[in-house]
Amino acid sequence: MITIRDLNHDRDGKPTLREIDLTLQSGGITALIGPNGAGKSTLLSLIARLIPLQHGQIMVDDLQIGACANDALARRLAILPQTSDAAPLLTVRELVSFGRYPYHKGRPTAEDREKVEAALATFNLAPLAERRLDTLSGGQRQRAQVAMTFAQETDYILLDEPLNNLDIAASRGLMHTLQDLARSHGRTIVIVLHDINYAAAYADQIVAMKDGRITHHGAAREVVTDAMLSEVYGTSARVHRIGDTVVVAV
Amino acid sequence: MYPKRLWWLLALLGLCIALYLGLGARGNWGFVLSFRANKLIALLLVAVSVSTATVLFQTITRNHILTPSVMGFDALYLLTLTVLIFVLGGQTFTQLPEIAQFLVNSLLLMGAALALFGTLLRRGGHDLFRMILTGIIFAGLFRSVSSFLQRVIDPNEFMVVQANAFARFGRVDTPLLTLTALLTGGALIAAWRMRHRLDVLSLGDESAVNLGEDPKRGMFQVLVLVSILVSVSTALVGPMAFLGLLVVSVARQITPVMFHSVMLPSAGLVSAITLVGGQMVLERALRSSTPLVVIVDVLGGLIFLILLLRRKPR
Amino acid sequence: MALALACLLVILSVASLFVGVIDLSWAALWSDPAALELLVVSRAPRTIAVVISGGALAVSGAIMQMLVRNRFVEPMTAGTGQGAALGILLVTLFAPGASIFVKMVLASLTALAAGAGFLAIVQRLPPTQPLLVALVGLIYGGILGAAVTFIAYQADLLQYVEIWMNGEFSGVLQGRYELLWLVALVAALTYLAADQFAIIGMGRTASINLGLNYGQTMVLGLLAISIVTALTVVTVGLIPFVGLVVPNIVARLAGDNLRRSLPLTAMTGAGLVLLCDILGRLIRYPYEIPVGTVFGVVGALLFLWLLHGPKRHVS
Repeated sequence: MITIRDLNHDRDGKPTLREIDLTLQSGGITALIGPNGAGKSTLLSLIARLIPLQHGQIMVDDLQIGACANDALARRLAILPQTSDAAPLLTVRELVSFGRYPYHKGRPTAEDREKVEAALATFNLAPLAERRLDTLSGGQRQRAQVAMTFAQETDYILLDEPLNNLDIAASRGLMHTLQDLARSHGRTIVIVLHDINYAAAYADQIVAMKDGRITHHGAAREVVTDAMLSEVYGTSARVHRIGDTVVVAV
Repeated sequence: MYPKRLWWLLALLGLCIALYLGLGARGNWGFVLSFRANKLIALLLVAVSVSTATVLFQTITRNHILTPSVMGFDALYLLTLTVLIFVLGGQTFTQLPEIAQFLVNSLLLMGAALALFGTLLRRGGHDLFRMILTGIIFAGLFRSVSSFLQRVIDPNEFMVVQANAFARFGRVDTPLLTLTALLTGGALIAAWRMRHRLDVLSLGDESAVNLGEDPKRGMFQVLVLVSILVSVSTALVGPMAFLGLLVVSVARQITPVMFHSVMLPSAGLVSAITLVGGQMVLERALRSSTPLVVIVDVLGGLIFLILLLRRKPR
Repeated sequence: MALALACLLVILSVASLFVGVIDLSWAALWSDPAALELLVVSRAPRTIAVVISGGALAVSGAIMQMLVRNRFVEPMTAGTGQGAALGILLVTLFAPGASIFVKMVLASLTALAAGAGFLAIVQRLPPTQPLLVALVGLIYGGILGAAVTFIAYQADLLQYVEIWMNGEFSGVLQGRYELLWLVALVAALTYLAADQFAIIGMGRTASINLGLNYGQTMVLGLLAISIVTALTVVTVGLIPFVGLVVPNIVARLAGDNLRRSLPLTAMTGAGLVLLCDILGRLIRYPYEIPVGTVFGVVGALLFLWLLHGPKRHVS
């Protein structure tokens, strides 16, 4: 469980997050949605201790962000940041192997190697395993990054707009894998998504943010409504329900 | 990764060393060998400290163009030396044993480097051109301040600065050599033990934090090591503007991986071959009196320009 | 603001008249004929030289920044200054008895060539990387400087070169500085063309669109810069960073309107160099520290502040 209490954050003197109080239950996918500048990436970065806390408290299970040991957290929580300029000379396998670093600190065991192969297989990267990153397309590189995060084998996985470079097949593939991780392996996924349809289709819970505050939090069916779209995004797009599916007409 | 290439490099180095020691030696072998051995050790120390300092520095600045010299590290060494003589007085300074002179100056350099470059890298390490520009200005600034202080210092004391500024390969004496060898050895061991952490750090700050590493601590430790290594090489031989860039760029072509377990030995070997082999060719084969430094700096400078202009804008 | 600057400049100038190795007091001027002679032969020419150099270097820096469309360049460190030094070196090498007029002309020509070379290189650089242009300028100047040093070393003229490469005003006497009046004239003439240079600063397309003869104006600007730089190097030596930091500081305070800011730039440049010259005379009195060294420190610090300090807009 991730508990966030009374979180405030300023960036360059401008208020970015205000009075965030949030509890995310374990197991399941929570999607963070909202317009640009709503504070979603900042919130994710704060949870993953990529930026230092200014005011408030974040607990990941029994670990307190800011007070706990860095590598203890690395085995509990992993984040896929929005941009990463990993050294282009790495092969896919080498990159994914780095995901095991919190466990082997540079001396991989046979178990580590097995988990790397499993991660490569899960994301259909086995044929690309020996290719260097700078010879891959943006989408392939993205998948490799996700595989690395996956290999880190953490209870909590945070992803910041991971679908940006992926085509529909790869996007659906990734979301299905995440769903599987959440349902069969009990992992907790927190994912920032731009496309509300993906959020509505795959997320168990949705948190909507605007101007640094949380405006909506609940099950997908309840949160994705015309009213929410109008309030949070200022758009008059309509939400349609087709059976069990919630779709936004863009 | 590339074990064969590393072995070939080692063999080539062995050849260079043998030729350097043996070629053109006349007369008393015992004397010639010990004389040349001293110079050889100095060459090897300089080679390895420059290459290691450059590899480490490029890891924490996450690019392949910046080096400690481009950022003004060795101009800073001259500045701390001048300040030291200014503060202590030329007399007091020359009365200190040479080892003490070196140690005090190195500590001063370390403090200044941590303050200056630590702040700089923390604040703006991602804007490469701004960093290079800052480095060039630093180097100019340090030289101007040194020049300024030298005018303020009593002319006699100024002589002391000149005489002590740097040994050149010709005039290396044993106690200093032993000390620098120990320091370099210690720094190399520390760098080698850090190699896995350095690999993670080169993935970028966010990825490194995600994997449980602390980039700030890493940067601090690397700057300490770089200061030690720069002190050693500058004290032994003076500033070598582009040696680091030259040898590391070549090493990256020979062993194109980012793993420090390969890059550190690879760069070290290339650097040693360049200095020992280069000196051997110049001194023995060509019998030229042009200092090796000039040729290295010209080649390295060209590489610097090429790398700069080839860079894809981010 | 202009008024404040002018007053400051006057105060500094008067101060400069009375600072020096030999004691000179206001009272002595009226009583002692030797004192008056000192003023006329040494102090006044020196002060005038400093004021003209400081102002002209600052103005030529502003012009170059328009021509190159980059605010981190200036002639002294981007090749023009080193080109001038090269010219003087060549004259000394091949025609040591030549008059100062010949030195001046050749130095201007080599400075012009070096400056044109820099402009040619800049055309090939991506315009989205302003700091790269600044970097290349410094490196280009550094390479030319190294070439000058190398030739001087081979020709055993290293001491002479070191004198030109480090500007100072201690040798300025009546009869030895009059070339600088030409510099003042050229700098004043550029003010007349301030609007044209401002338009050039907006780029080739904008210039042609507004009916300006782009090529001709570029050449005129380059010519003006070369003459100012070359004559200053011949008379006084290289003073780095003035042309770079002064226009930037003035622009932050008074905006980018060249017609308005050029006189302010000149006055600020004059005042700043005068201040450094006075400091150079006082810090290790009675010895002098060359203004090139003092400004090497002051200018570098100001440059660092410009690079890292508060931005006036996103750069």
